[in-house]
Amino acid sequence: MTAEAGLAALWLAAGLAAYQFLLMILALRSKIAVARPMRAVAVVQGGLTLIAFAMLLLAFARSDMSVALVFENSHSAKPFIYKVAGAWGNHEGSMLLWVTILAVAGSFVAMLSRRTSELTLVAGLGSQAVLALGFYAFLLIASNPFARLYPPPPDGQGLNPLLQDPGLAFHPPTLYLGYVGLSVAFSFAVGALLTGEVDSRLARAMRPWVLGAWIMLTLGITAGSYWAYYELGWGGYWFWDPVENASLMPWLAATALLHSINVLAARGALKAWTMMLAVIAFSMSMIGTFLVRSGILTSVHAFAIDPERGTFLLALLGIYVGAAFALFAVRGATLKEGAPFELVSRESGLVINNLLLSVILGIVFLGTLYPLFVEAMSGEKLSVGAPYFNAVAGPLALVLASLVGIGPLLSWRRERRTIWGQLKVPALLGGAALAITIFLAPDIGILPRLGFGVAAFLAAASVLPLIGRNPFRAPLETWGMVIAHFGIAVALGGMAANTAFTSERLAVARPGEILSLGPWLVQLQDVTPTAGKNWTAVEAELQASRGAGAVTLKPQTRYFSNPPAETNEAAIQTFWNGQLYTVVGKADPSGGWQLRLWWKPFVTLIWGGGALIALGGALALFGRLWRVRRRRGSSAQWRKERYA
Amino acid sequence: MSRAVRFAPLVLLLMVVGALIWRLATPPDTTVHSKLEGKPIPVFMLDAALPTKPTLSSSDLATGKPRLVNIFASWCIPCIGEVKVLQQLQRAGVAIDGIAIRDRPDDIAAFLARNGDPYERIGSDPRSQVQIAFGSSGVPESFIVDGRGIVRYQHIGPIEQSDMPMIMSRLEQAK
Repeated sequence: MTAEAGLAALWLAAGLAAYQFLLMILALRSKIAVARPMRAVAVVQGGLTLIAFAMLLLAFARSDMSVALVFENSHSAKPFIYKVAGAWGNHEGSMLLWVTILAVAGSFVAMLSRRTSELTLVAGLGSQAVLALGFYAFLLIASNPFARLYPPPPDGQGLNPLLQDPGLAFHPPTLYLGYVGLSVAFSFAVGALLTGEVDSRLARAMRPWVLGAWIMLTLGITAGSYWAYYELGWGGYWFWDPVENASLMPWLAATALLHSINVLAARGALKAWTMMLAVIAFSMSMIGTFLVRSGILTSVHAFAIDPERGTFLLALLGIYVGAAFALFAVRGATLKEGAPFELVSRESGLVINNLLLSVILGIVFLGTLYPLFVEAMSGEKLSVGAPYFNAVAGPLALVLASLVGIGPLLSWRRERRTIWGQLKVPALLGGAALAITIFLAPDIGILPRLGFGVAAFLAAASVLPLIGRNPFRAPLETWGMVIAHFGIAVALGGMAANTAFTSERLAVARPGEILSLGPWLVQLQDVTPTAGKNWTAVEAELQASRGAGAVTLKPQTRYFSNPPAETNEAAIQTFWNGQLYTVVGKADPSGGWQLRLWWKPFVTLIWGGGALIALGGALALFGRLWRVRRRRGSSAQWRKERYA
Repeated sequence: MSRAVRFAPLVLLLMVVGALIWRLATPPDTTVHSKLEGKPIPVFMLDAALPTKPTLSSSDLATGKPRLVNIFASWCIPCIGEVKVLQQLQRAGVAIDGIAIRDRPDDIAAFLARNGDPYERIGSDPRSQVQIAFGSSGVPESFIVDGRGIVRYQHIGPIEQSDMPMIMSRLEQAK
């Protein structure tokens, strides 16, 4: 019954979404009073999708093999957590998760949003419902997650072993929360373009959603990067894979939006630009979802190509984003720009931030889709990889990171004080870092060298907004900004250290043999067979030492039977100044074993920095929401005023 | 923002959607196309792989009529099944020559005795030099060479029963 209940809930939710669309049209054409049920309907629609998703979780948790999706993606011998996570480790389930988050976000907007005019809110909720409607149609017509099998098969086909990892349990949901959180910004932007009410109230209503989505994207990208690092056994943290780019592009757009929305909120300026960014940020999310889900680009996330689903998703993408851009093109002219600002001011700093982020976004976008364009035009096949992205986006990212240290020191409208005095210490530190790397490590590349310099400068400059005042009386948003900007410096330092100082060793070793790796001596002790719940493995025992004491590492090559597959489980030992990363490969005919060893100094700073960036965002979000609560008077008073 | 700037995202989107539609409509071609197709065969001279058969050199392939050159080996398992199909092609009037890769005369003789012999000439290529000159990276592979000694088609892997009509029509085109 659970599957049928889920399907029924999905149909009802689709019906309500259609009703919301109708309400929006009526409200825009005549009087707002027609749309009184809008908020309630949005809440119920979100609740129904939650029920549908809970039903799917239940089917996976109970290994109900009569549901086709469970049969195809699960197996009764799987650990429980992966049974549950299997619910979104496949196409249908992940699209259901997507629409669930979309609809639930709509419910929260309906329950919480009190900043914009009621008409803009109704238009925004209507737009959100139209978005959901397309995905309901997609699920119900082309990818029903609740389809049954008769007779029910005895057991399932299993889940890709690479995905049997705690990372899977939260990586896709986190990214989806980010992607879909941006849908609220998109819907608000469309709503405001429809009503013409693009103002600072709108910016303040959108801001928590953009911030929340951005935090989730930051966490999702950071976690996904670490997952690829330890699970794929390649020792890299970023591969410029099309699917990685698909998650990076919305993040870049959201980062730009996060900064421009502050200008709109505080000064009423950058109206058209901010609306365009809001549309672009969600478009990038949809393009990302399309690229991943259609399997159109070759990538490690190779999902099967299904022309029907691909066409459906592409149609949704074209219609929604096309309509929003068309609306922007027509209505953008009616937007009056707000207060003017001078060349050196907080506003212009944020404009430069936005321009640089947009250019980097353009570079990633072009690099990701360029092979497709070239093949469409000339039939020639090529691929664009790390050399392009690093060479083109890297220097711009360094310029941006340096400016991140300066921008927050500028004041709104025009700079009265001179900020150069404040920047003396950071500039000195950055210069010192550069000098030290030139002196101590003359052979490293130019990008990592500059990376060290910029990281040192930014680490010092980022805390300046807290200097010269009582830091404990500074608002949480300032703390959040400082921590996030400091996180950029930390991550940048980690990237530079990893690029400049990683030692790598590929070797065939017999038991007893000792290999040297950077400061380490690694001895292969033994290779033994071992087994887990649904896999068997060969396990190497390595003893590593750099002077006093020794650590033992046990990398494995695992063999899964359902479905048959082989994975490398790297053994990683973390130290305060880096990670020792070891992988065991195949047996060599000579009686030795293939070993891959890396010593990666300070590599953990990359993800530590990512976590700090997200933490900074969380503090800012918490600070803003908390202040809103304190400031808001009686909400009953507000309710009375609304439909007057 | 000027009118042109406001319409730019829409235009860009239409371009992207257009490219994506094109990709959905024409799924990527994952087969590897031979760089040698349309080019003359390499110049070579091989000793006879068997005392009972003539030698094979590049001049034997440019005879005014299309020929099929099959790169094989007695130690190659897929080649066993392919020989049956080659014999059917031979009965249909196709001229087939073989290049035996890293092989011994006794083994080749045993291989042909057991599985059948579709070859007119068999050259012995003990160090894969001619195979590499042909741009072939494994066994079995086959090349259709036209009457002027130009490679018209490279077939990677065994020629299956189901490939026969395609091979026949390509031979016809090579005339």
